[in-house]
Amino acid sequence: MTKIKSLFISLVLTLGVSTAIAGSHGSTLDLVKERGKLMCGSNTGLAGFGAPNDAGVWEGIDVDVCRAVAAAVFGDASKVEYVPVTTKVRFTVLQSGEVDLLSRNTTWTLSRDVDLGLEFVGVNYYDGQGFMVPAALGVSSATELDGASVCIQVGTTTEMNLADYFKANGMSYESVPVETNAEADAAYIAGRCDVYTTDASGLYSSRAGYADPSAHVVLPEIISKEPLGPAVRHGDHEWGDIVRWSLNAMIIGEELGITSDNVEEMKSSKNPEVLRLLGVEPGYGAYLGLDNEWAVNILSQVGNYSESFEKHIGPNTPINIQRGLNALYKDGGILYAPPFR
Amino acid sequence: MSLNSLESFTHNKYYNWVIKNLFSSWVNSLFTVIAIIFLYKIGSFFLNWAFFEADFRNNFQGELITDRTFCSKNIKPGEFGACWAIIYARWDQFMYGFYPVEEIWRVNLTFALLPLALIGILFDKIPLRKYFIYFTFIYPFIAYFMLYGGPGLNAVGTNKWGGLLVTLFLGVTGIGLAFPLSILLALGRRSKMPIIKSLCVVFIEFIRGVPLITLLFTANVMLPLFLPEGVNPDNLLRALVAVTLFQAAYMAEAIRGGLQAIPKGHIEAAEALGLTYWQTTRKIILPQALKIAIPPIVNTCIGLFKDTSLVLIIGLFDLLGIGRAALADMTWTKLYYEVYVFISLVFFIFCFGMSRYSLYLEKKLKTDNS
Repeated sequence: MTKIKSLFISLVLTLGVSTAIAGSHGSTLDLVKERGKLMCGSNTGLAGFGAPNDAGVWEGIDVDVCRAVAAAVFGDASKVEYVPVTTKVRFTVLQSGEVDLLSRNTTWTLSRDVDLGLEFVGVNYYDGQGFMVPAALGVSSATELDGASVCIQVGTTTEMNLADYFKANGMSYESVPVETNAEADAAYIAGRCDVYTTDASGLYSSRAGYADPSAHVVLPEIISKEPLGPAVRHGDHEWGDIVRWSLNAMIIGEELGITSDNVEEMKSSKNPEVLRLLGVEPGYGAYLGLDNEWAVNILSQVGNYSESFEKHIGPNTPINIQRGLNALYKDGGILYAPPFR
Repeated sequence: MSLNSLESFTHNKYYNWVIKNLFSSWVNSLFTVIAIIFLYKIGSFFLNWAFFEADFRNNFQGELITDRTFCSKNIKPGEFGACWAIIYARWDQFMYGFYPVEEIWRVNLTFALLPLALIGILFDKIPLRKYFIYFTFIYPFIAYFMLYGGPGLNAVGTNKWGGLLVTLFLGVTGIGLAFPLSILLALGRRSKMPIIKSLCVVFIEFIRGVPLITLLFTANVMLPLFLPEGVNPDNLLRALVAVTLFQAAYMAEAIRGGLQAIPKGHIEAAEALGLTYWQTTRKIILPQALKIAIPPIVNTCIGLFKDTSLVLIIGLFDLLGIGRAALADMTWTKLYYEVYVFISLVFFIFCFGMSRYSLYLEKKLKTDNS
């Protein structure tokens, strides 16, 4: 069954890729410029990562990647059209060329990168699966969860990771299957299960909404690697470079201390890397097919990585996520952009 | 109280009804009392939650609620009332999706004209009915022009549509397009011409054999893969095609039920009078068959109206999708009950309306004495 299914999926996607490639005249960059706006596959609503606010404006750190690319290409971060896509249709929507870029907390895995014909161009959030339990349970480690009932979203990598982890540790669990993250959350808070497991970012954002967040603890074990990042179509290298370096420009911006407030002053900096990034020393934009101001536009309109993080998911927001793995390499995290030269 | 008035009281028809139906025996009385207590508990809790203890735009301190932390229940322990501010704050999105604010009058006008377009086909004893029916046929063009734009109006892509607009668009257009299609399918299925008959059977059985969600996926995911890049039929249009085909297949079966209930003698009598196939169908068969089929037809319509919320899964923001997006915004997260109760209420109004209309129609068309 699984074999037939995967055969079918690859058949569909191969067809998709071949039509996409056969049908593509000119580069994605030209298409985007001609269209005058970027089509960006976004989440249908995930707090802090991508959701429309009361005014209908999309916000979040995944959304900021789209805005950065638009700022680089058009000099205007608002020239983005968001196409909300669910987990089930996200890859085909990219394959068929309906969106230029997918930025909706998608985990970079080998099979997606290779078999599904995507090109992940970087990581904008390092996540991992964790567990949350009521503090009253008195559990301090995931290894003490033998026999627990677990609320789990069916058909996700989360479910498989959970099974692997409990098997590897010789423990058993009783699964309480639910369809969406919101249901899992509701089931957990209603006491239908002892443990709620999903990506740690999701646990934090759920906990932030509880009446008494301190009554719940996120256990220290992180049982999976979930690097989330933007993706483009496989083989779309020039366009991939633009997306990759738009994201990198935000990270390098933070490394060099360039913020949306001081970007103009930094143009008179002595640091040659700052000058290269901000286009004072020209030439680097041309490599990407962009103008020299591209990184200035990103940093002034969207801000650097830290600004985006703090604004949408950082400790001062209701989601309250610490930088952790997502801190710069020099601050103890693993966020590391290749040098800008 | 005089004897006379007591007597008139005991002869009061309401009093008699209550005694006869609710307190006829001690078992009956006991259940009545239990039911009343139960209804009172549930009802009072709900009314307290939804109205008396609820925050509308301001919380108990009189502050305007701009995010969930201002809701009384999130400030004061013991408060449990609903926080309807999320509905106020997102009203435009619930109704119109992301339709540009300055163009919303166009949607309102389209909504306002919808009853005028429907009244002619729903009721027959209204003055100037002929003109209302003319209007029904030009309404789709007006609606298209108003909603989508055209000469003189800015184009508003369907990706900006959402909320009730999408729900109504899919529901009304889907039902409207499916109805004629379903009559043809039902007639085709009973046709004596083998090719037409088998085409209709295959179509109906295929569509009925797969869930709507599969059709939506097929329309949304497979279709663009087989078209050249850049040729992407509108997302909403794809959903509409799937919804219409689905509804047509189900409605065709409901109508076939009506067709089969017509005694063969009616057809033979019509043929004996020298009526052609189309005359027989139009004047003898369909009026009777459709009348019989009203309950199942309305049933499928109500089903379809609710099923439109499945488009959420292909990333269209219908009423339910907008509700979920509102809940995903950190400003309002966790106000599940408010959002879902509101959405249920909207769906209930439309579905209950359809159901009452079908009852009215059945009563009006009832000609036999059974």
